[in-house]
Formats: sequence, C-alpha cells, structure tokens
Amino acid sequence: MSAGAATAGGRPGGGGSSGGPARPGGPAGPGGPGGGPMGGLLVPTQKSSDFRGTATRLSRRLGPYRWQILLVVGMTIGSVILAVIGPKLLGNATTMVFEGAVASTLPAGVPLDTIVASLRAQGQTTQADMLAAMDIVPGTGVDFTALAQLLALIGVLYLVSSLLSWAAAWIMAGVTQSTIYELRAEVDRKIGRLPLRYFDQHARGDLLSRVTNDIDNVSNTLQQVLTQLITSVLTVIGVLAIMFWMSPLLAVIALLTVPLSFVVTMVIARRSQQQFTAQWEWTGQLNGHVEQMFTGHDLVKVFGHADRAVEEFDALNARMYESSFRAQFVSGIIQPAMMFISNLNYVLISVIGGIQVANGLMPLGDVQAFIQYARQFQMPITQIAAVVNLMQSGIASAERVFEFLDAQDESPDPAAPAEPRPVRGRVAFEGVSFRYVPDTPLIRDLDLVVEPGQSCAIVGPTGAGKTTLVNLLMRFYDVDGGRITLDGVDTRDMARDGLRGSFGMVLQDTWLFSGTIRENIAYGAADATEEQVMAAARAAYVDHFVRTLPDGYDTVLDDEASNVSAGEKQLITIARAFLSDPAILILDEATSSVDTRTELLVQKAMARLREGRTSFVIAHRLSTIRDADTILVMEDGAIVEQGDHATLLGADGAYARLYQSQFAGAIAE
Amino acid sequence: MIGLLRHHLAPYRRDLVIIVALLVLQVLGALYLPELNADIINNGVAQGDTGYIVRVGGWMLVVSLVVVATAIVGIYYSSRTAMSVGRDLRSRLFRTVQTFSLREMNQLGAPSLITRNTNDVQQVQMFAQVALTIMITAPLTAVGAFFMAIRQDGPLSLLLLVIVPVMVVLIGSIMVRAVPLFRAMQVKIDRINLVLRENLTGIRVIRAFVRTAHEEQRFAAANADLTDTTLRVNRLFALLMPALMLVMNLSSVAVVWFGGHRVAAGEMPVGNLMAFLAYLMQVLFSVMMATMVLVMWPRAAASSERLNEVLAVEPAIHDPAVPEPAMAAVRGTVEFRDVEFGYPGAADPVLTGISFTARPGQTTAIIGSTGSGKSTLINLVPRLYDVTAGAVLVDGVDVRDRARADLWASIGLVPQRAFLFSGTIADNLRFGAPGATDEQLWRALEIAQGAEFVRALPEGLEAPIEQGGANVSGGQRQRLAIARALVRDPAVYVFDDSFSALDYATDARLRAALREPTRQSCVLVVAQRVSTIRHADQILVLDEGRLVGVGTHASLMADCPTYGEIVLSQLSAEEAA
Repeated sequence: MSAGAATAGGRPGGGGSSGGPARPGGPAGPGGPGGGPMGGLLVPTQKSSDFRGTATRLSRRLGPYRWQILLVVGMTIGSVILAVIGPKLLGNATTMVFEGAVASTLPAGVPLDTIVASLRAQGQTTQADMLAAMDIVPGTGVDFTALAQLLALIGVLYLVSSLLSWAAAWIMAGVTQSTIYELRAEVDRKIGRLPLRYFDQHARGDLLSRVTNDIDNVSNTLQQVLTQLITSVLTVIGVLAIMFWMSPLLAVIALLTVPLSFVVTMVIARRSQQQFTAQWEWTGQLNGHVEQMFTGHDLVKVFGHADRAVEEFDALNARMYESSFRAQFVSGIIQPAMMFISNLNYVLISVIGGIQVANGLMPLGDVQAFIQYARQFQMPITQIAAVVNLMQSGIASAERVFEFLDAQDESPDPAAPAEPRPVRGRVAFEGVSFRYVPDTPLIRDLDLVVEPGQSCAIVGPTGAGKTTLVNLLMRFYDVDGGRITLDGVDTRDMARDGLRGSFGMVLQDTWLFSGTIRENIAYGAADATEEQVMAAARAAYVDHFVRTLPDGYDTVLDDEASNVSAGEKQLITIARAFLSDPAILILDEATSSVDTRTELLVQKAMARLREGRTSFVIAHRLSTIRDADTILVMEDGAIVEQGDHATLLGADGAYARLYQSQFAGAIAE
Repeated sequence: MIGLLRHHLAPYRRDLVIIVALLVLQVLGALYLPELNADIINNGVAQGDTGYIVRVGGWMLVVSLVVVATAIVGIYYSSRTAMSVGRDLRSRLFRTVQTFSLREMNQLGAPSLITRNTNDVQQVQMFAQVALTIMITAPLTAVGAFFMAIRQDGPLSLLLLVIVPVMVVLIGSIMVRAVPLFRAMQVKIDRINLVLRENLTGIRVIRAFVRTAHEEQRFAAANADLTDTTLRVNRLFALLMPALMLVMNLSSVAVVWFGGHRVAAGEMPVGNLMAFLAYLMQVLFSVMMATMVLVMWPRAAASSERLNEVLAVEPAIHDPAVPEPAMAAVRGTVEFRDVEFGYPGAADPVLTGISFTARPGQTTAIIGSTGSGKSTLINLVPRLYDVTAGAVLVDGVDVRDRARADLWASIGLVPQRAFLFSGTIADNLRFGAPGATDEQLWRALEIAQGAEFVRALPEGLEAPIEQGGANVSGGQRQRLAIARALVRDPAVYVFDDSFSALDYATDARLRAALREPTRQSCVLVVAQRVSTIRHADQILVLDEGRLVGVGTHASLMADCPTYGEIVLSQLSAEEAA
C-alpha cells in the first residue's frame, strides 16, 4: 500500500468481520475495497495435506504466463519503491517549509553561527542545537521554487506508482482469469472422461462445489497472493530500510510494536475463528430446522407439532444469536486493537522524534515521514498474515480440484475400434460376471441371447439392481468376466461412442436440459431436419400437447420443467429416442406420477418405438412381461432366473412367486 | 428497510443511546490526537521544550487508551444490538409463517420463505451491524475532522471542497459500473452451475446419446462468458485502490504546497500543517468507508422488502372466535356438502359441487387423472384450505367452527411426498404423538410394513434419519410416513397417494394390515393405482374438479366411463374384469 494510508486515527482496511461491504461473491482485486484480506484472516480456513506439492503444481499452471508475471513483479517492485520514497520526500518538503519559516524569523544578514552562539550564550541550548542542524540562511523565507520542484517530483512519483500498481493488477487479472478458464475447462473435459463408477460413488454436490467454489477460491488466491504478497513484503522491507536510514533509533521504536501487533492479531484471529465456526454450526442447524419446518409445513400443523417447532426454533435462534454476537464482537476488537497499537507508535514517534528535532538531531519533516512510515508498516503486516491464510485455503481448494483431475480415467477405446454396420441388434451375454463392490458378486456367469427384434423384460422389486444391466450394456461399467457382444463383436472392441450410438434409451428418470422442446427432442441427432423432428414428435404423441403450449416447440423447459408434466416429459424422451432411430432400445416403464391418459399415450408410444428393434425393458406392466421373449428376474441385485413367461411360471420359482404376489394377487384377489 | 429496522431497534433504545455516546467519544478522541501532535510541534519542538513534549505525549497516550476502550465497548454493544435485531426479526418471521395456511405457503413458496427466514434476515442483520458502527462513525469523523481542519487553518480547508467531491465521484463511478457487473457475474455463475449440474445429473443420457463433445462446447461457452465478465470486474477493481491512493497522496502534496505558503506568510504555525494533513486523511477515509458501506444499502433494502412482504401477509384461515367445544371422542364421519373450491384470482374453481359422506369403518377412495383435484379435495378435510362455497363437516360440525388444533388431533395425514425430518426414526414416529411408547411405535411399524427393515438397522428405532429422509429409500420413507400417522391412532386417516413407491406385494400386505387398526376409523385414500383402491367401500371418481362417479369398483365399471378408461389404462381388459 502507498503513502496515503498513513493517517492519525484512520482505519486501515475495512475490518472484515461482516464479510466486507459490497462483495457479492466476487474475486477481490488487489487490496480490494473494504476488508477483503482481514476477513480472510478472521474466519477459519481448511488446511491442505500437501501444501508444497499443490503449490508447485498450481504455479506450474502459470508457466505459460511467466513473462507477464515477471512484468507484474517488476511493476509491483517499481510501484512499491516509489510509494516508499514518497513520504520521505514529502517530509523533506515539510522540513523546507519549517526551516524557511524559522529562517524568516531570524535577522537577515547575520550568519547562522552567530545566532546559534548567541542563543547558547542566553542558555537556550536546545534551540541553538536545532538551529545549528538546519541548512538555512537567516532572513530568507521558504524557497518556493525549490519546493515546487520537489512537490512536482513527489506528485510524479505517486502518479507513476499508482499507474504501475494499476497496470500490474490489470495484467494479473488477465493471467488469473486465463488460468482459471483453463482449469475449469479441464475439469469439465475430465467429467467426460471419468468412468460412471466415479459419479455413482461421489456426491454430486461435492463435485459441483469443486468446480465452482473451489475454483473460485483458487482464482481469488491467485489474484491476491501474487500482487498483494509482493506488495506487502516489499513494502515492509522498503519501509524498514528507509526508516533505519533516516533514524535507527526511531526505527527500532517503530519495530518494537511489530511483534505486539502480530501477537494481538494472531490471538484475536484464533479466538474469532473458533467463534465463527460455532456461528456457522448454529446457523447451519437453524437453517436446517427452518427448511424442514417450512417444507413440511402441513405436517407440522396437522400433527400438532407447531408449538414444539417454535420452541426448538427459539432454542436454536438463541444459540445462534449467542455465537454470532461473540464472533462479531471478537472479530470487531481487532480493529480498535490495531488502532491502539498504531496510536501508541504514533505517540512514541511524536514524542521521541519531537525531542530529537528539538535537540537538532533530526529535521522535523523526518518525524512526519516517520509517522507515515510507521502506519504504512502496520497494514502490510496484517495483510501478510491474511494472505498467508488465504493462500492456505486457496491451496486446499486447488488440491481438491487436482484430486478430481487425477482420478482414474475410463480405459481408453481400442486404437482400431470394430464397427459393425449396419447394426442388426443381436445382443449376447457370454458368461458375464460383474460386481460393484469386490466382495459382493452381483452377476455370475450370465448367458443370454437376444436376437434382433426380440425383447427382454427385466423384472424384480424396487432396488433389485435392474439398472445394472443397463450399465453393462451401455458400457457405463465394464464386465469383470465373460463378454457382451453386439452382432458377435465384443463391445469392448468397439469405441464407446460407436456402441452407444446403436442404443436408444428412455429412462424413468427423464433427463431434459434447459433449452427448448425442439432442442431436447433433437438432442441425440444434432443434424436432424425440422421434418424429422416433427415426425418423431408425432410418433411419440408429443406433437399434440406441444401445440397447446403458447410457444410450441420453442417452449423453454426451465430448471424444474414445471410447465410440462412428468408424463409429457417422458413422451419427449421417447421422441428423442425415435429421432435417433437406434437398433437397440433400453426402456424403463413408468410406474407412478403419470396421469392415466398420458400413461396410455406413453404405453402406445413405447410399443410403437419397440417395433422392429431389439429391446430391453425394465418392466412394470403385465402385458410387457408376458409378451417378452426373455424375462430376467432380479432379486437383491442378482439375476435369479431367466426364461419366457410360460417356462418360468412352470418352474415355480422366484418368478412364479413374484407373479403370484404382485400381479395375479393384486388383480384376482 | 428504515421502518423495519426502526421497529426492531425500538426495544434497544437504551443500547442505542450508549452506542452513539461511545462512538461520539471515540470520534472525539481520534480527532483530538492530531491537535495534540500539533501542540507538541508548535509549543514543544519549535520552542525546544522537552518537558512539554513528554507531558503532551503522555496525555496523547491517555487519549488513545480512551479511544480504544470506547471503541471496544462500542463494538460490544453494537454487535449485541445488531445480533438481537437479527434474532428478533428471524423469530418474528418464523412465527408469522407458522400462522400461514397452505394457501399462503403456496403463494410465497416454501423455498422462498426459507431463503427469507435465513439469508434475507442475515443481510439485514449484517447491515444493522455496519449501520451501528461505520455508518455512525464515518459521518461523525468526516464532519468532525472537517471542523478540526478548519480550526487548523480556514483557507487551507477549502482544499477539502475540491478533494472530497473528487473522491466521491471516483468511488461512485467505479461502484456504479461494478454493481451491474457483479449482478451479471452472478447470473453467469448460475448459468455455469446449471450446465454443470445438468452434465452431472444427465451423464448417462449424455453418454448414451454420444453428446459429450456437445456438452463440452456448451460448458466452454458458459465458461468463456463467465471468465470475460469476471475479468472485467477484476480489472475495474484493479483501478480502485491505486486511484484512491493517488487522490490521497496528491492531496497531501497539495496541502504541503498551499500550506507552505500559509506558513511562510506567518498565517499558520508549521505544526498545524501536519495536523491538517492528518485531518485531511481522516476525512478521506471516512468518505471512502461511507461510500463503500452505502453499496450494501440496495442489497439490504431488497432483503427487507422481501421480509416485509412476508410480515404483511394476512393468513386466510383463522380459528373461529368462539370455537365449538372439543369433542371427547371423534367418531370420524366426514361430510362434503356441495363443496366448491377455487384459488383466489383463478378463473375456474378447482372443485365444484362435491358432495359425499365418508363414514367410520369405511374406506373412501378418490381417483382421477392428474389435475383433477384429488389432493385439493383431501386438503380441505384438515382445513389446510377453506372451501369457497359449501361446507366440510367432521362429525356433523363445520370444520371452520372448530379450533384447528382440535380438528387436527383427530386426523392422521400421510402426504403425497413422504417427508421425514432429521432426527431418529423414533423422533419421526413420535412427531405427532410425543408420548407414544416404543411398543406403540413398533405396532405402527408392523402395520406399515416397516418393522422388518427398522429391526435390521443396527440402531433400530434410534437409527438416524437425514434431513428429508435422504438416507432411506422412497418405499421406506413412505412406510415410515404411514407409521407416523398410525401412531396417533386418529379417527380420520388421509392417505394422499401414499402407496406409490411401494411394490405391489408390499402394497397389498400393507392394505391388509391396515384393516384392523382402521376398523373404527374413516379412511380417505387418494391413489393412482386401481389395484390399490378397487376394494374400497366407496370410490369417488374426479374429472376436472367434478365428481363424475361414486360407487364400488363393480358399479363404476358398469356405469362410469371415466373410471373404465382409467382402469383400462392400467390393466388389460381381461384382467380388469
């Protein structure tokens, strides 16, 4: 920071207790407005497990920008040097004024020595000493030409210093954002390469937070650390050097308060971190309570729980109040405490400097400069502490991002992938074994052949693992033993994209992205013509209801897609499958939350879609199951039986039991 | 916002007086220090009076101590007051929402109410904290320092008239540009999050349709957009600090120049020059702080507006002034008399001309396509909504004539979305019956077909349930929700499509088990599956808000085409027969 920061009683920084004003989640510029850095010091940070390794790796990513960074460093050094010289020169200007003023009170034409001697003779030794130290000609006033020149020089220095620090921050912003852009893009590309296993095993919220919060944090760190750390460290060194050069005695005095402010900062920061942790915890609990009571509002009322809900709220609210009050108070102390130390410095320098000036050991302007330096000194020290803290949290974030980037990719596609064309749609499982968890085999030695155009129904209670088959067919997961062939070719010898291109999939969990209905239908076939989209829409009974929407096919499906019912969403995904015209289908029949009329349409559309295609159906309907060429019965994640309806019923095993209890039971009861 | 803050600050009037007094003292002290320093130079240094220097120095130290002490006590009081305001506001909001009926809940939406009760209150609380410190000290310091500067030297103070506006314009113009940029950045962050969330949730579909490259492009576009805006924000802020420093530094240069002339002319002692510099900086810092804090204003004001909106809502449903006395034992006859219901402002009513009677010991099922008004109908029984015409009676008494607490005590509700609360399984089961014994809980679980899986859990009844019941499956959630209603042993059961997540076998077992405990009760069931309700004593068929059929499965199959259509969509013809 530069000279202006030095003021009596001014408030360095903003005191980040309240998060700093007006920072809606934005990355802070160097020394951004308000208390950015201080805030970083007072709130708890996460620690990284391999600080050095991650920091090295992060800095390697900056490699392509090394010349810009070098330039930034150079500019920052220049800016700091100029800013450090400023107060000293301004002090000289004050001295000029002071001495000029003193000189003008002395009789003109009398040599200075004579005046000093006469003062001594009168016993005014202190004044004599002071005058003796001055470089003045008695009787002359302030030399305004020289003063103007000096002040102009100072003005230019300050101007250049500000320009340099602006330019440095400007360049650094570019470097940071380019690096961050690349990092984000790399994470996204990584998503495309990871095996599905990874996503099934990791919480989605965690992944999201790595890409957004963590990368944001890294961005802040890069931007602030490089510019601020350099500025702060250099300022401390520069100010120290110039202070010692001007007056070693005052420099030592100014230094005396440094450890004090360091200790105070650390003690308060540690306590405040505890309080903030407590505050966060109670805030989280209270918010959780509010969330639940509001979401379950009708239950709370009808079950007569309202009074207890309020009681619990009050208890949590009181706890939260207590902890946030403490957090605010403790973190709020840091500012007055630093102010006091700063004032202490101010007084010491004023008094001791004043005595020195009075004794002619030092010009007055130097005292003024010293006061400024002493204050300039305080801020970067607090800032270094804050930046180090920020760096820790930034590196911890970078570590989480790198961890994601380091996750094992899917096995690569074969170099020369087999491409059965045209796909006839014969699917065979040959001695397939599979397990998600090493100790619990799910599928053992499964043999199954589905001829082109045949259908295979998969039945079993909820949670029996019916999606496992889908996972294997689509190669979302690879088999552990045996092989799956498509038209006689091992699916592992094919490129994944090529394999998946021959499948169409309609899942119960309809996935639509935010875009228009047209875009969603054309999702699997980007180059489809308007007519093709319309034809698919008509085939899937989408056309009718879309026309009733005000915007027709241009209706934008919002995040929750609340403008389109669940059944209609499923119809759209069926249209999508029609358009992609696959040889093989994977269908998941809807069970609930679809109204009866749409349900009828869904059934018809699915039946029509299945015509002439090999299909795998996760079945809930008797009609589908009975007509299937092969039925797979799953229980507890494993296939327990396979065969057609008549055979299985005759075998009087799991399928027969299932059929009796679920279907026949429900109907013939 | 002012009104809201004033209302909630009123109880802390005494603390406010203390805060203002302390802050004034603090500002006065801070303002006094440079004056003392000027004295040291003018009377001590210039005269060579070492004793004076030390004396005044000591006095300065005392003043500093007073300043720090008042500041700390001031922060104590201001934090306490601001947090109290936040606490009171939060509590007031929560209590207000507790009086809401379903209509007000839907009008504002639970998610929005949650944000208001948490984030928006937080915003206002934060603003109060800042308002009680910086927004008092900054103007005080600015004005005070301005007067002190005039005291040091009147004519030189004219400089402030130039410098302060420059500063204000500088910060203002940067902020004016920054605020919309920040908003744009937030939108773009939301966008990138949306794309990413879609990529993660739809990963199977994306891969199945071989669209990874397309998704990467979509992400890249969002990424570039965000990067661009962030860069602009950062570059704008890169200007702020250097510019502010430049203004401050050039100001001190100007002060030395013009002040130098005044000193040379003998119109001002040199000590005042340095004091003046100090005051100048105090003024500039205060202006800077005040401007930056002011940027918080629009955000906090927007939050207060959202809070006021909630506080202003008048719940549509009240208890009657003189409720009918609570009945000793509710038998559970539910009667709809020519009921009409419409949402306020809607052109068409959701329900019209609904009349039926559901008796104790009977099961009354309601079926119909989505949007036919099934859920709305049963929500009228516990008076979550009020009818717009006609009446709903329980045991012959209009539900509007009874205290709602009495009415609710006789109803066991199983909502469409089986919502569980965080806590243990036992906590959830005792939700509506705090005094229930473990045996009662187990009995309810047995009936709800949940005993088996609960017994399999190592902690049994004490097994933890995460918020929303995220750690149990949909079917288990539904069974627990049913058990929760059973524990209350109510006269009227309301099942709103509560069996949808159960497989057919469990569904059938559960319905069989329910027969015994509901022998004396009135059971209302909304269902999608015909198999769930075909044995009901009475089936109501709804179509577009009207009752198009009442009867048993057999009679309806014969004379209600809508019912036939529904049945046929689920079962093949021979199965339905």
